[in-house]
Amino acid sequence: MPEFAVGDAVKVHVRIQEGNNVRTQIFSGTVIARDGHGATETFTVRRISYGEGVEKVFPIHAPAVEKIEVERQGSVRRAKLYYARALKGKKAKIT
Amino acid sequence: MTAIIGRKIGMTQIFDESGRQIPVTVIEAGPCPVVQRKTVESDGYDAVQLGFIEQKPQRLSKAARTRFEKAEVKPQRVLREFRCEAASELKAGDEVNAAAFKEITHVDITGTTKGRGFQGVVKRHNFGGGRASHGGKSVLRRGGSIGMCTFPGRVFKNTKMPGQMGNVRVTTQNLKIVQVREEDNAILVKGSVPGPNGSVVLVRKALKKG
Repeated sequence: MPEFAVGDAVKVHVRIQEGNNVRTQIFSGTVIARDGHGATETFTVRRISYGEGVEKVFPIHAPAVEKIEVERQGSVRRAKLYYARALKGKKAKIT
Repeated sequence: MTAIIGRKIGMTQIFDESGRQIPVTVIEAGPCPVVQRKTVESDGYDAVQLGFIEQKPQRLSKAARTRFEKAEVKPQRVLREFRCEAASELKAGDEVNAAAFKEITHVDITGTTKGRGFQGVVKRHNFGGGRASHGGKSVLRRGGSIGMCTFPGRVFKNTKMPGQMGNVRVTTQNLKIVQVREEDNAILVKGSVPGPNGSVVLVRKALKKG
């Protein structure tokens, strides 16, 4: 399990089963929250997709989450970045 | 007979082969030494008495201590009896542990539910309560009428009313065993189990399944 923190830009590799096919889908975005601890911990990734904000919550230990790549580390002062939902464009950028 | 005394550790989740999330309760089951084997000849029925959680000998009365010495087991804090078949080969001094549940798919678990004290009818029996508006301010959580008039002229038995809620012995039937971890003496069952974490529970092979 790679180390990643709130504010990081990540690529989440998710295993998806369609009938008999198994493929990997990548969901890339910003981690805006980590919730819980231990076996039940989850994290929330937010991205802007075709102009619409999309969030996905993944259990960290789910076997479907194959890999979490950290693209860029972000420096933030909060544990939860829910304020990012109200911001757009340059203001929503995390340095 | 497949039964054991256990301790509820708490709930968590695991993932099955297809990746689905399953809510599980972890139960520390045993090891439970057999303290006494009761038989039809000597006691009128067949049962085994199991012990659970070691106890310091000086905490017990001499009478209780002697029982354990005779059975040649360490003193135990919890003693519970389970009926068994006459043919059962268990005898005093044997040990029952979680491995006994390896072949079993479903169990019944008995525990004492969390005590909730004296509770009203809305929490205790899921009554609807009164109206929140239209002047219902004095009947918000009341139960309403508890009976009829001159006939029958009394309140029926078992009418649902406020009172003590919880702290009763309850058995949850047909809980599916998800995993048996012999090395930790742990049993993982799907779903919830009566009682607070750390409480003593009795785990038995399901009466109605498998």
